[in-house]
Amino acid sequence: MYALKEAVNAFRRSPVLSGLSASMIALSLFVIGLFGLAAHNVRLVVQGVESRVEIVAYLADDAGASSIQLAQQQIQEYPEVRAVRYVSREEALNIAHREFEELSTVLGTLEGNPLPASLEISLNPGMADADAVRGVAGRVELYPFIEDVRYGEDWLDKVFVLRRIAGAATLTLGAGFAAVAALIIGAAIRMAIFARRDEITIMRLVGATDGFIRRPFVIEGMITGIIGAILAVLATWGVYRLLSGSVFELEWLPAGWLLAGLAGGALVGLAASAIAVRRHLREIVT
Amino acid sequence: MIRLDHVTMTYPRTGDALTDVSLELHKGEFCFLTGHSGAGKSTILRLIHMGERPTSGEVRVSGYSSTSIKSRDIALLRRKIGYVFQNFRLLQDRTAAENIAFALEVTGARPTVIRSKVGRLLAQVGLAAKSEKLPSELSGGEQQRVAIARALVHDPLVVLADEPTGNLDERATHGVFDLFRSINASGTAVLFATHDLELVRSHGHVRVVELDQGRILSDTALEGNA
Repeated sequence: MYALKEAVNAFRRSPVLSGLSASMIALSLFVIGLFGLAAHNVRLVVQGVESRVEIVAYLADDAGASSIQLAQQQIQEYPEVRAVRYVSREEALNIAHREFEELSTVLGTLEGNPLPASLEISLNPGMADADAVRGVAGRVELYPFIEDVRYGEDWLDKVFVLRRIAGAATLTLGAGFAAVAALIIGAAIRMAIFARRDEITIMRLVGATDGFIRRPFVIEGMITGIIGAILAVLATWGVYRLLSGSVFELEWLPAGWLLAGLAGGALVGLAASAIAVRRHLREIVT
Repeated sequence: MIRLDHVTMTYPRTGDALTDVSLELHKGEFCFLTGHSGAGKSTILRLIHMGERPTSGEVRVSGYSSTSIKSRDIALLRRKIGYVFQNFRLLQDRTAAENIAFALEVTGARPTVIRSKVGRLLAQVGLAAKSEKLPSELSGGEQQRVAIARALVHDPLVVLADEPTGNLDERATHGVFDLFRSINASGTAVLFATHDLELVRSHGHVRVVELDQGRILSDTALEGNA
């Protein structure tokens, strides 16, 4: 109770210092927030792309109906595969007419149907990474009546690389800024300890335990972290509102991420002040 | 209750502050610790308070030994030791009552206990009417009385006083000294470090330990004069 009261009093006694350290933490977490926002939206885009990843296996003209059906059943049983759809030559032509209207006249002049029948294989969400796609395509290709397998390998690789870079960048910068935030909290706690050295001296003098002396500072650090995190969320939301609709179509961060941000802020504040207070209390000699 | 056994204290930069000092203070005793500045008076008080450990020898206070005491026990021991300084060491942004209450708050006392105890202590040191004054609004003697009240919050076994009258005029000095005598009369031991020989001489019946350059020059208790 005393510790909480003192921690809150600390903000009242030195609002400038407390405000400064909270804003520095907010700034650090804000950068993490922006990267989080970018990473989240990149992830959504990638997921959208992934869910549309489809393997198309073109069938030889002389493939027998029974072997096609058997292959369809077998492929359907792969764990990565969500659905296998047979597209007949006629259907393929209809689709071509519908989707490429400008080619309709050309297609109309052709004698017969040049398009092959195919199996359209869609994959389960979460299983659609480059390796899984390549694995399924490789196995499908082994059927003797399959003439060709297409799955847009080039851009698939690019999307996955992009995703990996975005993930790594968020993680690296996030960790970097969290470290900076921790250092700032440490410095702020050091200043707070220095500002209150008379009190600490007297606390030691009259027999307060070190744990008791540390507690208000640790709570103060945690509160600073939470305030910083809230400010960071507000600032990130501001940027989101500013960009969304005008520049890009953006999705706001999921609630779990925001909670993790708050918990992260609190944790960074707590850990940094616990370490700082342990180190700097030693500098005060009673 | 307090025992220094062949204590030597050496600082890396300034050398020996105490050399082979042995001293015993009994329960309820009043003892002057005299000597020039730098004689080692404050060092003895700091050693008893376990703010420092001796380079060699042993300090024993109320069952704790300087050779084995843990930091948590130091905190608990200090609740049995009151400490009063020449410069009062009051928190300037807190009133007289708040300064006394602070010592109780930070050792986990309950609010009701704090209220009654602060009132009683302020009355004991004669400052009941000035409980809401800040230190800057009090005279030197009054500030020292607040510091003494703070030193008494845990009903200590001993009060260590480090030149408590050093910043006071003669009248305030006598007032503060009388307060220490009455504290001692109620059973609390007092170790009173001072270089004010006038004050020491005017109380000839009190035990006096004289220090010089970190050694005990004389102890009236050992000479059978106490």
